[in-house]
Amino acid sequence: MENMNSVLPALILLSPLIGFFINAVILPLAYKGFAKTPANTAGGVATSFIGFSFLLALISFVKLSSAGGANPSLTINCFEWFNFGGLNIPFELRIDKLSGILVLIITGIGTLIHLYSTSYMHDEECVGRYFSYLNLFCFNMLLLVMGNNLPLLFFGWEGVGLCSYLLIGFWYTETEKANAGKKAFIVNRVGDLGFLVGMFLLFRELGTLTLPEINLLLANPEVVTRIMPSVTLICLSLFVGATGKSAQMPLYVWLPDAMSGPTPVSALIHAATMVTAGVYMIARLNPLFELSPLALSVVAHVGAITALFAGSIAIAQTDIKKVLAYSTVSQLGFMFLACGVGAYQTAVFHLMTHAFFKALLFLGSGSVIHACSGEQDMTKMGALKKHLPHTHLTMLIGSLAISGIPFFSGFFSKDEILYSTIALPGGVSYLFVIGVVTAVLTAFYTGRMMSLTFYGEKRYSHEVEHHLHESPALMTFPLYVLAGLAALGGFLGVPHLLGDYLGHMPHYLSKWLNPVVPAKVLPIIGIKLHLHEGLVMFGSSVLAMVSFFSGISLFKKNLFVKDLFSAFNPIEKVLSNKYYVDELYHFIIVTPVRKISEFSAGIIDKYIFDKAVNGIGTQVRKIGSGLRFFQTGDIQTYALMMLLGLLLTILFIFKILL
Amino acid sequence: METTSTLLTWIIFTPLIFSFIALLFPTAFEGKLRTLTLIQTLISALLATVMYFQFDGSLATAQMQHFMSWLPDWGLNYIVSIDGISLPLVMLTAYVAPVAILGTWPSHGVELKKEKFFVMMLMFLQTGMYGTFLASDLFLFYFFWEVVLIPMFFLIGIWGGKERIYATVKFFLYTMVGSLLMLVAIFYMVKTSADLNGIASASFSNLSKIPFAFDNRSLLLALQSPQVLLFLAFALAFVIKVPMVPFHTWLPDAHVQAPTVGSVFLAAVLLKLGTYGLMRIAIPFFPQAAYYFREFFILMGVIGIIYGAFCALAQTDFKKLVAYSSVSHMGYIMLGLFSFQKVAMAGSLYQMINHGISAGGLFLIVGFLYERLHTRNLSDFGGLSKTVPLMAIGFMIMTLSSVALPGSNGFVGEFPILLGAFQVEPMYALFAGTGVILGAVYALKAYQLVMLGPATRTDLDHLHDLNLKEITAMIVLTLFVFGIGFFPKTFFGKSDSSLNVYTSTILEKVGTNEYQ
Repeated sequence: MENMNSVLPALILLSPLIGFFINAVILPLAYKGFAKTPANTAGGVATSFIGFSFLLALISFVKLSSAGGANPSLTINCFEWFNFGGLNIPFELRIDKLSGILVLIITGIGTLIHLYSTSYMHDEECVGRYFSYLNLFCFNMLLLVMGNNLPLLFFGWEGVGLCSYLLIGFWYTETEKANAGKKAFIVNRVGDLGFLVGMFLLFRELGTLTLPEINLLLANPEVVTRIMPSVTLICLSLFVGATGKSAQMPLYVWLPDAMSGPTPVSALIHAATMVTAGVYMIARLNPLFELSPLALSVVAHVGAITALFAGSIAIAQTDIKKVLAYSTVSQLGFMFLACGVGAYQTAVFHLMTHAFFKALLFLGSGSVIHACSGEQDMTKMGALKKHLPHTHLTMLIGSLAISGIPFFSGFFSKDEILYSTIALPGGVSYLFVIGVVTAVLTAFYTGRMMSLTFYGEKRYSHEVEHHLHESPALMTFPLYVLAGLAALGGFLGVPHLLGDYLGHMPHYLSKWLNPVVPAKVLPIIGIKLHLHEGLVMFGSSVLAMVSFFSGISLFKKNLFVKDLFSAFNPIEKVLSNKYYVDELYHFIIVTPVRKISEFSAGIIDKYIFDKAVNGIGTQVRKIGSGLRFFQTGDIQTYALMMLLGLLLTILFIFKILL
Repeated sequence: METTSTLLTWIIFTPLIFSFIALLFPTAFEGKLRTLTLIQTLISALLATVMYFQFDGSLATAQMQHFMSWLPDWGLNYIVSIDGISLPLVMLTAYVAPVAILGTWPSHGVELKKEKFFVMMLMFLQTGMYGTFLASDLFLFYFFWEVVLIPMFFLIGIWGGKERIYATVKFFLYTMVGSLLMLVAIFYMVKTSADLNGIASASFSNLSKIPFAFDNRSLLLALQSPQVLLFLAFALAFVIKVPMVPFHTWLPDAHVQAPTVGSVFLAAVLLKLGTYGLMRIAIPFFPQAAYYFREFFILMGVIGIIYGAFCALAQTDFKKLVAYSSVSHMGYIMLGLFSFQKVAMAGSLYQMINHGISAGGLFLIVGFLYERLHTRNLSDFGGLSKTVPLMAIGFMIMTLSSVALPGSNGFVGEFPILLGAFQVEPMYALFAGTGVILGAVYALKAYQLVMLGPATRTDLDHLHDLNLKEITAMIVLTLFVFGIGFFPKTFFGKSDSSLNVYTSTILEKVGTNEYQ
C-alpha cells in the first residue's frame, strides 16, 4: 500500500470553501448588499475556485496513476477533530482510486455546471447567494468522498443535504419551493438516522470509524467471526441512509419535488453527484456488505424495484424535469441493483456514465426551459429542434446514452449491470428481468421526452415563440463537453467480449478500481461466458433501440399524445399521480406527527403536567385557607391552644398516652 | 499542588461591584447604564479569558482555589476553585453575557421602566451564575444557587409580558421547592462529615470522599438507604432546573414572559446549572445511587427529547417553540450523563455549552423580531429574509447549530452523546436519535414560517435589518458555532484531563467497565 502524504486533498477541499466565503461574505461587503454582486463576478469567482479544484484533481489523478504500490493514495491529516474518551476522529482526507474518480467527476462536472450557471442564472436576483451555495455544496461533496472516516463522510453527507435544502428552496418566496427544500432535508434526515445507527453499531463492534482501518479489520477472519451476528443490521442501517440520500424506496419522495430548484442544481446535485453518495458509500464499504448476503439482497431488491417503479412513473410525467427526476431515481436503482449483486465496480461505472448523460440531459432541459421562457410542461413544447439545434443535438446524444444504444456510454454500463444480475453469484434471474424491463422503459420515456420536446408539431404559444432562442455559448459549451463524455465515456469500461475485437482493449475502469473495489470473479468461464454476454448485449441493444424509436415516433403524432392519455386514463392517472405515494405518506406519517404534536402540547402538557403542578399549588393554598381557621388573632384562643398543647406534652412525657 | 489565587473571586464579584456602581449612578446618566453593563460584562469576559489562559489543562484537579473562613464552626467556608468541568461553563457565562447585552440593546426612544434596577438585576444574576459554577463548598453552592433565583424573579416579574406574575411565581416556587430537599440533604451530609471527621465541613473535596451507605438488594431497601435519599434530594432540585420532563412546565411560561435578555440567560446559562449540578454533585457524590437509577433518568431524557420536540412542533408562538426545543435538547444531556459512558459524558458537557450558544442565539432572534414587529406569533411572519437578510443568515446559522449539523457546534455535543449512549444503551439511543429528525422538522418549520414564503405583512417598510450591536452579537455566536464545530479540541481541550479522571473515577466506583 503506497500511502503518500500530500497537501493536494486539502487544497482541493479548501478551494470551493474559499469561493463560498468570497461570495457569501466578501463580495456582499464589497458591494454593500447581498443582491448587488454582478452575476458575472459571482459566477466567475465560483467557477474559478471549483475549476482550480478540478486542476488539482487532475494532478492528483496523474499522481495516483503514476504511483507505485498496490493501492496508492494521497492522504493528509488536517487537524484533530474529535479526540476524547477513546473516540479519536481526525480530520483526515484521502484520495485513493475510488475517491479519485469521484473527485474528478465532482470538480469536472461541477466546473461545467458552474460555468453554465453563470449564464443560466444571469438575470436572477441574488446570484451571489446561488453561487456561494453551489461552492459550499462542492466543498461538502468533496468532503464526503475524501473523508477518511465515517464521521467525516457523514459531515459531507449532511452538508450536501443542507446545500440541497438551500438550493431547492433558492426561490424561497414561493411556498411550494420552500416546502420542497424542507421535505428534502427532513426525508434525508430519516435516512441519516439510519446512517448514524449503522456508524454507532460499527463503532461498537470494531472500535474504529476510520475507513482503511475498518476494511483492514474486516480482512481478519477472527474479527469477521466476532462481528458476524450484527453485520446485517449494520449494513441495513447504513443502507437506510443510502435510500435517503440516493432517493430509493421508500425515501425517494423528496427527489421529484427537489426539481423546483434551479435546473443546473438538479444537474449537479440531483443527478451527477449528491444522489450517488449512497452508491459511493456502499462501494467504499464493500468488504462490509460482502459479509451479509441478506443485506446485499435487500439492496439489490430495493434497487430493482425502485428502478422499475420510478421508470414507470417517468412515462406519464409531462413536466420535463419530472421525467428526468424519476429517471434519476430509476437509474440510481440500477446502481443499487449492481451493488446488491456484488458488482460494485459496475455500480461505480454506471455512476460515472450516469453523471455524464444525466447532467447533460438536465442542462439540456434547462436550456429548453430557458428558451421557452420558463415553461417546463412538455405538452406545451414540440418541434423545438430547429430553434435549438445545439441543445437538440447534445440532448439526443444524452438520450441515446441513457437508453443504452450501442456504443454510447450508457450502453456499456447498463449492459454490465444487466449481465451481472445473472452472471454473479448474488444475482437472481427475476432481477435480470426487472432490469431489462426497466431498460426498455428507460429508452421509451427518453424517446417520448425527446419527441414531445423537439419533434412533432409545435404546441407552444406565440409569445413563447417570440422569445424562442438557442442558449448562449456559455451554456452550450458545457453541453458539448458532456455530450462528448456521454458518447465516449463508456469506452473506459469495454467488456472483454468487445475489447477482444478492439485490439484487446482492456476494461480500464475495472483495472483502475481493482485495488479498492475488487471485481468479482465470474462463476461462468470460458466460451460460455462470451456467449451469454453476447446474447445479453445483443438483446438489450435491440430492445433499447426499438423502444427508444417507438417512444420517439409514437409521440411525434400530436393526436396520439391525447389519444393515449385518454385510452389509458385510469392507469395514466395513477402513474401521473405517482402512485399516490405522497398522499399515502401524508396520511400515515405527516398527519399523525402533527396530531401527536398537537396532542402533546395541547392536552398532555396543558392538562396533565401543568395541571398537576398548578393543582399542587391550589391544594397548598386550600390547606393554607383551612389552617387559617386556627389563626384567629384572638389571644384567648391561642392561650387555650397553648394550654391544650402543654397538657398533651405532659401526658406524653409521663407516657400516659402510651 | 494547589494554586491559590483571588482571580475566581474577582470573576464572581465583579458584577456585584458594578451593581453598586450602577446603584450610585446619578439619574442624569441613566441612559448610560447599558453601557456600564456592557463594560462590566466585557471586564468579566476579560477576567475569564485571563483565567482560561492561566488554567492548566494538564491538571485534573481543582485549580486556583480561594479559601476564606466564613463560619468555621458550622462548617461554612468560602471556597471557590475551577476544574475542567466548570471551566467551559464559566467561559460560556462570560461570553454569553456581553452577547446578550449587545443583542438586546433597547432601540432609541424605548425607555425601559426602572432601568437602574434592571441592569442591577442583570449583574446580580451573573454573580449568582459564576458563583454556582465556581463554588467548591456545598453551602456556598446552595447559596449561589438560590441567589440566582432572586434577580430572575424580578426580571420576569417586572419586565415580563402580560402573564409575568403567574410565570415568575411559578418559576420561583417550582425551583425553590425543588431546592428545599437539597438543603436538608446538605445538612445531613455536613452532619455525617462532622461525625466522621470531627470537624464540620461542606467542602466538595471532603464530602465527595464520604461513602454514604447504599443498599441495592431491593428497590425498597435502596430507597431507604442514605445515599439514594440524598441523591434523589439533589436530583430533584437539579432536574427541575434542567428541566426534565415532567418537571418542565415552568420553562415555557418563564421563557415566554421573560424579557429577551432574561430568556437568553435562562436558556444559555441557567438551565445548565441543573445539569452542572447533576454532573458536579449528584452523580459523583452518590455514584452508586445515580447508577442504580440511571435507566430512569435516561428514559426521562429520551422522553424529553421526543416529547419536547413534538411540543415544539405544535407551537404557534415562536418563543414557546424555542423553549420546548430547549426541553428537547436538554434531554440529550440527561441521556449522556446517565449513560455512564466516557464519550457520552464528555459529550454532555459539550452539549451544555453548545445548547447555550444555539438557544441563546435563537432567543436573540426571537427578540430581534419582537422588538421590530411586536409579535411572536409564527403566522404573523413570512418571507422576511428578503427584507432582513442578515437576520435570516443569523437565524439560519443558529438553526443549523440547533439541528446539530456537522461542522456546527451542535454536532460536537449530540454526536458523542448518541454514539456513547448507543454503546451501552442502544435502544434508548435509537429513540433519542429520532430527535435528530424531529429537531429538523420543527426547526425548519420555524425558519420557513418566519423567513421564507411570500411576504404576508404590508408593514415591512419600517423593518430594518440588524444594527451594528446586534450584528456583533450574532458574529460572536457564529464564530463559536463554527469554531467549536470544526475545532472542538481547541475549545474543549483543557477539559480533557478533568473529564478523563472524572469519568474513570465514577465508572470505577460503580464498577462498570463495559465498552469503555
